[in-house]
Amino acid sequence: MEIFRVVQPGAYTTVQDRGRFGYQQFGVPICGVVDSFAYRVANALVGNFQGQAVLEATILGPTLEVLNQGLIAVTGGNLSPVLNNTPLPMWESVAIHPEDILQFKGVKSGCRAYIAVAGGIDVPAVMGSRSTYVAGKIGGTDGRPLAAGDRLNNGEGMGKGGIRVSPDLIPTYSDDIEIRVILGPQDDYFSDGIERFFSSTFKVSPKADRMGYRLEGSPITHREGVDKSIISEPSVPGGIQVPPDGQPIILLVEQTVGGYTKIATVISSDIGKVGQTKPGDRIHFRQVDLDEAHRILKTEEEKIQSINMSLMR
Amino acid sequence: MPKPARHWPEAKPMADGHSDGRRVCVQNGNFHAIRLILQGRTMYDKPRFLLAGDRGLLVEFGAAIDPEINRKVRQIFLSLEKMPIDGLTEAIPTYRSILISYDPFKINAEILKKEILDRENKLDKLEITPPETIEIQVAYGDDFGPDLEFVAQHNKLTPEEVIQIHTSGTYLIYMLGFTPGFPFLGGLSERIFTPRRENPRLVVPAGSVGIAKNQTGIYPIDSPGGWQLIGKTPIKLYDPTGSSPILLKAGNYLTFKRISREEFHEIAKRYKD
Repeated sequence: MEIFRVVQPGAYTTVQDRGRFGYQQFGVPICGVVDSFAYRVANALVGNFQGQAVLEATILGPTLEVLNQGLIAVTGGNLSPVLNNTPLPMWESVAIHPEDILQFKGVKSGCRAYIAVAGGIDVPAVMGSRSTYVAGKIGGTDGRPLAAGDRLNNGEGMGKGGIRVSPDLIPTYSDDIEIRVILGPQDDYFSDGIERFFSSTFKVSPKADRMGYRLEGSPITHREGVDKSIISEPSVPGGIQVPPDGQPIILLVEQTVGGYTKIATVISSDIGKVGQTKPGDRIHFRQVDLDEAHRILKTEEEKIQSINMSLMR
Repeated sequence: MPKPARHWPEAKPMADGHSDGRRVCVQNGNFHAIRLILQGRTMYDKPRFLLAGDRGLLVEFGAAIDPEINRKVRQIFLSLEKMPIDGLTEAIPTYRSILISYDPFKINAEILKKEILDRENKLDKLEITPPETIEIQVAYGDDFGPDLEFVAQHNKLTPEEVIQIHTSGTYLIYMLGFTPGFPFLGGLSERIFTPRRENPRLVVPAGSVGIAKNQTGIYPIDSPGGWQLIGKTPIKLYDPTGSSPILLKAGNYLTFKRISREEFHEIAKRYKD
């Protein structure tokens, strides 16, 4: 069923699901949503199965005309959503009707908003995923961000309106955040650099996208006498590269291999937080060990489960 | 069509590194690894394990770009494909290392390490399909390979000689990446090494075959690029909606065969039909 006509695409709005798995060995990155917490909750609010596709809007959201009855939920960064010029409550399922206009008036907090619609955004799956991969020209709307005039379909939905997440479970997105990391894989390429990495505050540069976030700050120097680059190797979302200029790059979801040293890796629970920062925001890093990272991950999973349970009531 | 597999050279005994190498002790948490850094080939005595976040384990088999090390990468990678470990979500083979992504709710890094070490010890007993060699047809020169003349001049050769040298090599596909299906190949003759273009092109058409320094490669998709273009293949390396979206696989071999412009268009037409 047709659900939206794209009036304005916004700055960078793409169809995403949880990602494309199994093709990284061929150079096809995972893609998918950057903030998986906000994404999963958005799907749960409209009664979707986990893994259904949503829209990921960045800073300036799209303007969408509603073409049929449906149900939406907007989560993630607050880009000031309005429905027919009335503020739309976020983290809540809302019924929509033909000729409604969903718009975004500008960023208040965070960077990326997720628009889930009951039944999921229905585009053809490519290599097992609906996620848009712009450089690979696949997924979403013809392998590119939304464009004015696009018409989007949804699958059959079954959720109901007025379902909301308890306010204490809604994350806040600050412009000054702490990101938890595990050292490595190439922490042995650094000595003093590690101390500087943890004691500095970094600013998100304008070069920040789904592939990676380039940061600005006091340069991280490599240990004396080591190569500043390595033999190209696989990368993971959250890997923090330090290129020869010493300005770190946090890799996100659109890269499979790289040849820069990685001082540390963002824990998976905090990758969404990185993706909710925007140019000019500040990031500092705190070290955790593997066990602690797994405990944090477990707590986050329990939080999502408890949201799921509360929504079913 | 894939040709019969090329025979691997006999494995050489592992270098001990005492005579011509220096030992470097690397401390990484509780894990001490002795790295043997040699001038040429450097295989580790034991795989080195590095943490890549809370869902990734990086396994290194050596410290160089080398066919022997990459062979081990391929063997372990294929064994993971053939006999998957429960909780392993994806693996990426590269020059000398494999990234193993795992679901921490199902398995932990320690168990994964043991499993990999176990497989490495039993490598001889693992039944691994021998690598295949795939032939890539290329029309050289003219507008398909606008830099062929430059590559020839740079190396004091004729364009014919460049083509002859390029088509006589057998190239190891060390890994894929950069763009979907882009092969990082080893085995280019130093007689045609050529630096990158000073001005990268904004769009290199899909299928273009190029040279950059000591590497040769094929662009699977239109992308910006600075490689010297010597020809173009009508073969699709990246066919996202096809049954096997990516033609090449890391660890296999590749050869180039010269075809005429007519043959190029014939093959290209077959794809369209």
